[in-house]
Amino acid sequence: MTIYSQASWTDEDGDRYEPLLSEKASKTVDIEDSPLPDELTRDSLELPAPAEPELARHYTRLSQMNYGVESGPFPLGSCTMKYNPSFTEDIAALPAAAVHPDRPDRTVQGTLGLSYRLQDYLGRIGGMDAVTLQPPAGAAGEFTGIQIAKAYHQHNGDDRSEVVIPDSAHGTNFATAAMAGYDVVELPSGDDGRVDIEALEAAVSQETAALMLTNPNTLGLFERDIERIADIVHDAGGLLYYDGANLNALLGRARPGDMGFDVMHYNVHKTFATPHGGGGPGAGPVGVTEELAPFLPDPHVRQSDGGYEYYSPDHSIGKVHGYYGNWPVLVKAFAYITRLGDAGLADASAKAVLNANYLAERIPYEVPFGPFHHEFVASAGEQDAADVAKGMLDHGVHPPTTKWPEIVDEALMTEPTEGESKRSLDQLAAAFEAVHAEDDGTLASAPRRTAAGRIDQVSAARNPRLSWQSLDSDD
Amino acid sequence: MTSPYAPHTEAETEAMLEAVGVDDIEALFDVPDAVAFDGAFGIPAHGEREARREAARLLGRNDDLTEFLGRGHYAHYVPSVVDDLASRSEFLTSYTQYQPEVAQGFLQALFEYQSMLVELTGLDVANCSMYDEATALGEAATLSQRVRSVSGETILVPDHLRSGKRAVLENYADGPGLTVGSYPMADGQADVDALAELCDDDVAMVYAETPTVRGVIEERLADIGALAEDHDALFCLGSDPVALALLERPADVGADVVVGDAASLGTGTAYGFGLGMFVTREEYLRQVPGRLVGASEDSDGRRAYTLTLQTREQHIRKERATSNICTNQAWVALRAAMHAAWLGPDGLVDLAEDCVTRPRDLAERLDEVVGVQSPVHDGHNFREVVAHTDQPAHAVVEDLAAEGYAVHEIGEHMIQVAATEVTAEAEDGLIGALSEVAK
Repeated sequence: MTIYSQASWTDEDGDRYEPLLSEKASKTVDIEDSPLPDELTRDSLELPAPAEPELARHYTRLSQMNYGVESGPFPLGSCTMKYNPSFTEDIAALPAAAVHPDRPDRTVQGTLGLSYRLQDYLGRIGGMDAVTLQPPAGAAGEFTGIQIAKAYHQHNGDDRSEVVIPDSAHGTNFATAAMAGYDVVELPSGDDGRVDIEALEAAVSQETAALMLTNPNTLGLFERDIERIADIVHDAGGLLYYDGANLNALLGRARPGDMGFDVMHYNVHKTFATPHGGGGPGAGPVGVTEELAPFLPDPHVRQSDGGYEYYSPDHSIGKVHGYYGNWPVLVKAFAYITRLGDAGLADASAKAVLNANYLAERIPYEVPFGPFHHEFVASAGEQDAADVAKGMLDHGVHPPTTKWPEIVDEALMTEPTEGESKRSLDQLAAAFEAVHAEDDGTLASAPRRTAAGRIDQVSAARNPRLSWQSLDSDD
Repeated sequence: MTSPYAPHTEAETEAMLEAVGVDDIEALFDVPDAVAFDGAFGIPAHGEREARREAARLLGRNDDLTEFLGRGHYAHYVPSVVDDLASRSEFLTSYTQYQPEVAQGFLQALFEYQSMLVELTGLDVANCSMYDEATALGEAATLSQRVRSVSGETILVPDHLRSGKRAVLENYADGPGLTVGSYPMADGQADVDALAELCDDDVAMVYAETPTVRGVIEERLADIGALAEDHDALFCLGSDPVALALLERPADVGADVVVGDAASLGTGTAYGFGLGMFVTREEYLRQVPGRLVGASEDSDGRRAYTLTLQTREQHIRKERATSNICTNQAWVALRAAMHAAWLGPDGLVDLAEDCVTRPRDLAERLDEVVGVQSPVHDGHNFREVVAHTDQPAHAVVEDLAAEGYAVHEIGEHMIQVAATEVTAEAEDGLIGALSEVAK
């Protein structure tokens, strides 16, 4: 059993951890003798003013009070927290990668060439005819894809009002459809955790703009009826949207394009190992069939005489990012794909799926649905899944995603990724076992070995204090 | 080849397969034959050194130009300590802080970032990032539709708004059925009289920028704010953290929402990679898009931080969420906060003042070049200056590129030049090259 204690810095007065920068070194500067007339300037500015050694110590301490993939196992379901290879950082930091977005095409042929290569790689991996790199995250990719579907239908003089989404889908799918102005039709899952064909037939109509589907779905299950599903949606004139969150399960085994999907997004911060950065940045390239390519965002890269150029697709939806998306993230994804190639990518999926199956075999919690791929959803049963998560923190592992998807009681959605060794999976299994054996009272007071103890969510929301300005002097 | 990032030895793989009860990993894939793929993408594998060489080879085709470019994406000097600290793997490889007890460090850093934006704007609530300025503007437009005090369905923006920003706004406006209209600019700033003519009760939001896309400091912000208020519209102001260190506080000119690109701190030029700031009034708190970090207490009674008010967000509220955003730009925000703290208020104000004096001085030098008149606009500059060229601007820009310098071509006889401390030593060379090509 691994013993874990997260570093924690408690301030000398005992009622806070590492003090805020504003509490350490605040300074107010009056704006005087500025080169602007007084009426155009503010009066003063108050900000922290730490000397560099203090700054370095502050953020180093904060980093010690934070858990990342390099700290330990991170089997957060649906998030694909795989190891982020260091060399990709160096490539993204190359001076030649750091150009201004308003440079003329012919002066940035390297940038366009790398973009073109990445578009091509992603197209091959997803079985898609054309790929845009512009969406800056998965949800932005969804928005791009649904706007493309909308533009396609409108171009055909076909106004549709609904998007169909399974109840087990990511929350972003529902929010995206609403953002694009569609009504959401929620599809209840069948008893086996997959799309219920009869329910789908009932839900799909002439109003269906698209079905948004994750495959394997959030339970890790492959939608075996995918061809039938595609036919039902296509026969009604709708399009099939693939949420790429779970693509790490299928690299080299199946491609969304071959399954009948018309449009998809890739989460490069999941499948292609770019770091999650504490919540972002990611990137959410979107792939489409040839038929939808004229609707891609503006601009798009293509080959020209001996080089590359941007062009505006004929019926482009316009833009989804002010410039070209999260460029450094795309460079890291390119580096990862280039490193692994066909065999490495296929092996990543193989080991990810093996790891999930091995871990599921080893834990004491029931896994109601299968056969699953890169992730599984266990049930905490009589225990509260949120408490289970807090208990696991004390064992030096990050817990699974909890209480979602809702079709499993007290869900523990677990995705160990290929980066975990057998030894690390055994550590994870031991953590599950230890927590499983604990009584509710002990779990309710967990965690005890983390930088902070259990945090009061209710009072945080009831009395929002969202800046140091909003803290009382006795906070 | 196996993945170099999967640690399994053959013996371990065998032991794991045995535990699972299958002979072969392929047996674990439940993919029907009809949709199975043979794995031949046609992408060759590379060693790490070779992969680095290949990327460097591709990128090496970029011309090495000294960039006097801005118009929304700016370069300031980023101190080494930012790269060093932000690259710590506990930050870089962590996830969204759904387990706050092991994520206090990042949460506190984001809380500090939010606080800095509150100070810079004088408004109450900053979220912990949007993708970029353009998407933040789009989110502000949709916010106007969720605010009860606002009626109307038109978003008014300056007619010179950078086209990319407007195109993003149009996409965000499409779902809720908003119309994007424009008001004219005059001499690099908003034509407030013309805006007054255009403002009616159908206007839901008025958007203005300072500095404007022409690099001019907007002087009539309070008048624009008053116009918006008169018509029950939101006033959304676009700016950036460096400018805000010196210019009038948005709260003092009636701004309801401040958006902008905060990556001008902490991240150098990166092909448009941004950090969307989003700051607003407390009364709109429950309608804010994106993540918010709040202070609370832990079980030991100590102040601790957590993501809060998550019932606004997609993973809880689904189609009734305030936005679909999930992954954001948290790590870019971390960098911006580090850079701001490194500068401190003195350094940040000094930097902002340099952004006023440097283009002013450069404008004078440009004006001395035969064939160039500068500045075109009368107002105060920030980072950038617009110049008239007697020769066609296109030819001037092309010829400058041949000399190793990049400037913007913004009209038949107009160029725009951005100048910060990063290009200080190259200004003489630019003037020299321009003297050759502009006559």
